[in-house]
Amino acid sequence: MIVPIVRTAIVSLRRDRAALALSFILPITFFSIFATIFGGQHDSTAKINVILVDEDHSRASLDLVCGLQREGSLAIHTRPSSKNKSAAPLPEYTSLTAETAVKDGDAPVALIIPHGFGDNPISFGRDQGGVSIQLLNDSSDMIAPQMVAGLLQKAGMTSMPEVMAEKGMKYTDQYIGGLTPAQRKRMNDNLERMNGYLEKLRQREDQQAAAGDTPAQASSFAGPIAVQSRAVVGQNKRNPMISFYAAGIGVMFLLFTASGSAGALLDEAESGTLDRVLSSRVTMTTLLMGKLTFNTLLAFTQLVVMFLWASSVFKLDLFTHIPGFVVMGLCTAFAVAAFGMLLASICRTRAQLGALSTLLILTMSAVGGSMFPRFLMPQAMQKAGLWTINAWAIDGFTKVFWRDLPVRELWPQVGVLLAVGIVLFVVARRIARRWEFA
Amino acid sequence: MLSRLEQHYNESLSPPSRQTSAEGQGNRMNVPSIPQDSPHSSSSLLEPIPLEVVSLAKRFGQVTALDGVSLELRAGECLGLLGPNGAGKSTLIRGIVGRVIPDAGRVSVFGFPANTSEARSALGWVPQELALYPRLTCSENLAAFGRYHGLSGGKLKESVAWCLDWAALADRAGDLAKNLSGGMKRRLNMAAGIIHRPRVVLMDEPTVGVDPQSRNRIFEMIEALRGQGAAIIYTTHYMEEAERLCDRVAIIDHGRIIAQGAHEELIRSVFAQRSQVLAHFDGPPGVIGAWVEQHAGRLLDGAAEFTIEDSTLIAGLLDDAARSGLKLLDITLRRPNLESVFLHLTGRELRD
Repeated sequence: MIVPIVRTAIVSLRRDRAALALSFILPITFFSIFATIFGGQHDSTAKINVILVDEDHSRASLDLVCGLQREGSLAIHTRPSSKNKSAAPLPEYTSLTAETAVKDGDAPVALIIPHGFGDNPISFGRDQGGVSIQLLNDSSDMIAPQMVAGLLQKAGMTSMPEVMAEKGMKYTDQYIGGLTPAQRKRMNDNLERMNGYLEKLRQREDQQAAAGDTPAQASSFAGPIAVQSRAVVGQNKRNPMISFYAAGIGVMFLLFTASGSAGALLDEAESGTLDRVLSSRVTMTTLLMGKLTFNTLLAFTQLVVMFLWASSVFKLDLFTHIPGFVVMGLCTAFAVAAFGMLLASICRTRAQLGALSTLLILTMSAVGGSMFPRFLMPQAMQKAGLWTINAWAIDGFTKVFWRDLPVRELWPQVGVLLAVGIVLFVVARRIARRWEFA
Repeated sequence: MLSRLEQHYNESLSPPSRQTSAEGQGNRMNVPSIPQDSPHSSSSLLEPIPLEVVSLAKRFGQVTALDGVSLELRAGECLGLLGPNGAGKSTLIRGIVGRVIPDAGRVSVFGFPANTSEARSALGWVPQELALYPRLTCSENLAAFGRYHGLSGGKLKESVAWCLDWAALADRAGDLAKNLSGGMKRRLNMAAGIIHRPRVVLMDEPTVGVDPQSRNRIFEMIEALRGQGAAIIYTTHYMEEAERLCDRVAIIDHGRIIAQGAHEELIRSVFAQRSQVLAHFDGPPGVIGAWVEQHAGRLLDGAAEFTIEDSTLIAGLLDDAARSGLKLLDITLRRPNLESVFLHLTGRELRD
């Protein structure tokens, strides 16, 4: 009996060209706008999670760690946080576990202070001797590594004054000690060489920027402390934000479409068609399940169209992620369809549904990360986002398309979305009792 | 066309082995019988009555919609449910079809309680609203409702074709429902209610808002359906429709059946051999009103109405009007009708 209901709804939708256009063209348009405008830039300042590994344990490295921990805009993690607060603390990160954590999305940046750093912490570039601090980053977040690199220099300047003085004297002696003509010439030569080096560096970076590439091995002279950056996630992705916006905008419009489509129930109730259907062999549960099936299929189709568009126009790598996409797509579609059913069952009229759904969906989309990434939001807002379908769906799609994680790693998102869908549908069914009998 | 429809309907409803089908119906058609797969596939003598409503009561808040309604519908009968808007007709129909849960009383359809799957299969409901999918074509609408009733395959196809013929919509089968004229929509609405070929059909004011031509077409459809043996309840507030289509009439007001019977019986029981006089007078309204009241009549839309035992009494009535200074404009002597019965019993007009 569910199949006839799905069939009827499909034919009705096919005939409603405006609804059809809204379902498919509008979300693609919005997605394209967002992807084009925000695809390559951000600006925001939020507290950044940084994993810190001190392999050196020298005085200089300890001072630097303290300086970084004092930075208000950084959240420094030296060991994974334990879910059980009473349990013994987990072991500290190593360079390997830190890289894995960045790959898994636990933090956008990891800093590795290697052995030997304390021997020559102020090197004015990695070509000047000494070892470089390793900065591992997830290039989907383009702000975090820049901020961390800058704050690292600041922490270095402020947290190691003795080292700075000692090394400054050394360099003074080395470059301009005595100020004899020969020394002056040497100083000038060195300064000139440094300027030449910086100029070449800038030219190389300009060329890379013009080519649209993000240098995987950034070697910028960015201050007295030598830092070597390396992207460990998404280093081969053409545009890091496309999968995010495809999922974000997609889910937002799925919510709109699902609530609009579920609103057909209100139309049918108003026209008397619902009464007639319920006077046949179709029960309310069967009817709602039929509508849920149709709305799930519609939402999934929308996602397919959206990602195909992203694949063909914005080069999203869809075809190597089919299993993950199908799993996340179906779970997301199911959850949003159930959400639409709940809204339709709560509302008395189409106008009520329109107002309530707009309010809820825009709020959910803003908090849940459909409009801008949750990692840019304050901690409290990020936690609030977990109450939205958007956040779980986007997290799941990010795992698939950005982190290249296998399907089995999607279980938290799949579990939450399925549970949300089931709960919402059960509540919708209960509320729909008002239509059953007078 | 009708003979084809009759054959189709009877083939669908009647097991081929029934021998008593023509009894009492002449040669025109077979008496519809219960399909072989029905739990009631027994002889007509043992067959429960198609529809029985006993002391049905329903309140919506402070409003009493049904107040102990009882009625019976016999096989092949058309029962008119006559009453003004808000009298409880639609609530009664919705109670029968299981869409309203009564506070008291019971409904049984061939012995099965309302809202059971057996009752649902036996009942066909034509709601007052145009309960259709506007973006589906005529045949798609019929197919959808047919599937909801459990039809499929060849049987569904056959039923759709039959309903399109019955509603004279075969040439519009591919048109979207929303593009049909009002009359066509009404006919499609009716066809959707009988797509599963029910033995009891409930029609809730099926002619609302249609022009006279379409109304006649609908009457023909109902007569064809009746001719094929379906038992019908037909609600209306048009007494002409009840007089034309129905074997019996039940008059409902304020949720109660206040009279029921064949319409001539009803008229006779209320008016015996009396006739009604309708007269228009020229004169001051206050004077006319006082004079009408003095002669136990009433004013209806400016006309004075009297019930008289004998037509010879008209002359005396007119003389008295002249003596009271009223000038007669026109006068009509008529036999009372169902509307007169309703008016007499309730003090209100059917279209109130």
